[in-house]
Amino acid sequence: MRQIGRFYLIAILLFLYTPIAVMMAMGFNESPLYELPFTFSTRWYEALLSNQPLLRAGANSIIIALITAVIATTLGTMASVALSRRTFRGKSLLQVLLLPPIAIPWLITGTAMLIFFYWSGIGRGMHALLIGHVALAIPYVVLVVGTGFKTVRADLEEAAMSLGSTPVHAFFSVTLPLLYPSILGAALFAFAVSLDQFVISYFLATPGYTTLPVQIYSAIRKGFTPEINAISTLLLLGSMAAILIFARFAKPGDTRDKR
Amino acid sequence: MTNVKVKSVAKTYGPIPVLTDISTEFPEGSFTSLLGPSGSGKTTLLRIIAGFIKPDEGVIMIGNNDVTNVPVWGRNIGMMFQSYALFPHMTIAQNVAFGLERRGIKGEAAHKEVDRALEMVRLWGFGDRTPKQLSGGQQQRVALARAIVIKPSVLLLDEPLSALDRRLRQEMQVELLRIQRESGLTTIFVTHDQEEALTLSDKVAILDRGRIVQIGDPETVYEKPLTRFAAEFLGDSNFLSGKVENGAVRLSNGTVVRSDSALPGNGADVTLAIRPEKMSLATADSQPNRLSARITTVIYAGPVLSYILETPDGLPLKLFAQNRDGRVLREGETVSLSWSPEHTIAVAN
Ligand SMILES: Nc1ncnc2c1ncn2[C@@H]1O[C@H](COP(=O)(O)OP(=O)(O)OP(=O)(O)O)[C@@H](O)[C@H]1O
Ligand SMILES: [Mg+2]
Repeated sequence: MRQIGRFYLIAILLFLYTPIAVMMAMGFNESPLYELPFTFSTRWYEALLSNQPLLRAGANSIIIALITAVIATTLGTMASVALSRRTFRGKSLLQVLLLPPIAIPWLITGTAMLIFFYWSGIGRGMHALLIGHVALAIPYVVLVVGTGFKTVRADLEEAAMSLGSTPVHAFFSVTLPLLYPSILGAALFAFAVSLDQFVISYFLATPGYTTLPVQIYSAIRKGFTPEINAISTLLLLGSMAAILIFARFAKPGDTRDKR
Repeated sequence: MTNVKVKSVAKTYGPIPVLTDISTEFPEGSFTSLLGPSGSGKTTLLRIIAGFIKPDEGVIMIGNNDVTNVPVWGRNIGMMFQSYALFPHMTIAQNVAFGLERRGIKGEAAHKEVDRALEMVRLWGFGDRTPKQLSGGQQQRVALARAIVIKPSVLLLDEPLSALDRRLRQEMQVELLRIQRESGLTTIFVTHDQEEALTLSDKVAILDRGRIVQIGDPETVYEKPLTRFAAEFLGDSNFLSGKVENGAVRLSNGTVVRSDSALPGNGADVTLAIRPEKMSLATADSQPNRLSARITTVIYAGPVLSYILETPDGLPLKLFAQNRDGRVLREGETVSLSWSPEHTIAVAN
């Protein structure tokens, strides 16, 4: 049984990481056509440095993802607080409505957004991308932070209030520190959702303002060069670093309760 | 260290009245238990006094201040929760210092107070640990230290010991009483453990469906229950019903029972309560009140014997006897019971 389990795990890791490893390696291969034998070279990284559109799209992607993470995490956390700790009219409806967007195919959401943004005069471009990404990321944040809330007992805030804390102080001194790993996880989620986002970005980007996935897509259509491997590698390393930092602080899968 | 007054407090949730016209006083330095079955409104009353719930009607006074419209954080209360509610991300010392900090007491002064409070609950030297490193009983002591270190006007406890096992619970009862006496804090303690209420309290308030049906010292409440509910909820009781006849009570089977309680006029219906341990097996020098009954069940519990009996007309009775001579009666035997008029209490239905 254990043997099978181990084999299974190794197979999964292999299927996940082999393509990525190949891609990273090819970024350092001399040949533009992925020919072997492998000859180490940094020429694609040098080429990348002078590929302004790709670099700009990469920077855009990161900036959008960062802003999305900040805004979506703040708004989503606030929504979570309301959903977990307060009672108000229409709460259950809101709770139900927040989740389907996760399951709705992005193509449909994207089309809807494009139509709505066009119709309402919001148009396309950076602001439209931001609005779209934030809207997309909020349900994930509410889900992650809401789950975190379940591990923080409500009577902790009450205890703080009995000791003289206002509700705001109780939230910031007790609930927030305990919720912090969930919030960090949610922010990472929001960041990833935005960074990954292709369909909606494709609809909302303008020729002058694109994100990396959109730029890569149009570059591939013109002809693939290993520069794309290079920037993908850089992006990947960045994401991995972020996730490792998160894992270091939040210990996902840690089941200690916070009572 | 102040008295607490509750005046005409009422609370409803939707159509359901949870508390109805509660008026009572908790004297300075007293230990009062709120005792009642589940859903009787104990927690609601405690949380209204704490300020977590606003009453629909009525006034809460702490000392000479009307605090009805003061939120929890302005009331200076000490509260202990069933689940301890220690802050898991803080050390024990930080937990205890939390309320002090809110009152602007910091640094060396706070340090001293924290040490004193931890010493009081016998946890001196545990300050640097985290709540997770303590046992349930120890955590509950920290919660107590955290609540009393701020010198609250009143200490409110909602079943704080119910999560502890029996031995630890008894140990904590003793601790709690000692600390309450030492600190002189006006204390209100919610429980549905009647023994706990009797042993700890100066006063016991019995709640039934949102009303305080009786409040008094444990002895009075136990010996002189005012209502059938109080007689039944606190301890065990036998109930006899009949009609008043010439200053005594005639039961439906014709037996006449005397009571020292004030009885209503001739012909009125009345219910009498008699504690099972106040009844004894009749001997030559027995009490004037007598009934004969057949033993249906014998419960042998070592020092105490419980007999469940039935009178010929089908009335169930209970009798607790000290196991003094080692003689245990058998099921099916018919015996004569006797008890004194003093222990025959007329109760409201
Ligand atoms: N927020 C609320 N909304 C609606 N009904 C409530 C609410 N809080 C309490 N109740 C009702 O009020 C009644 C009294 O509740 P309360 O918690 O005060 O009882 P309790 O005496 O503390 O019971 P227990 O011994 O089970 O703790 C119950 O019937 C309960 O269902
Ligand atoms: Mg309760």
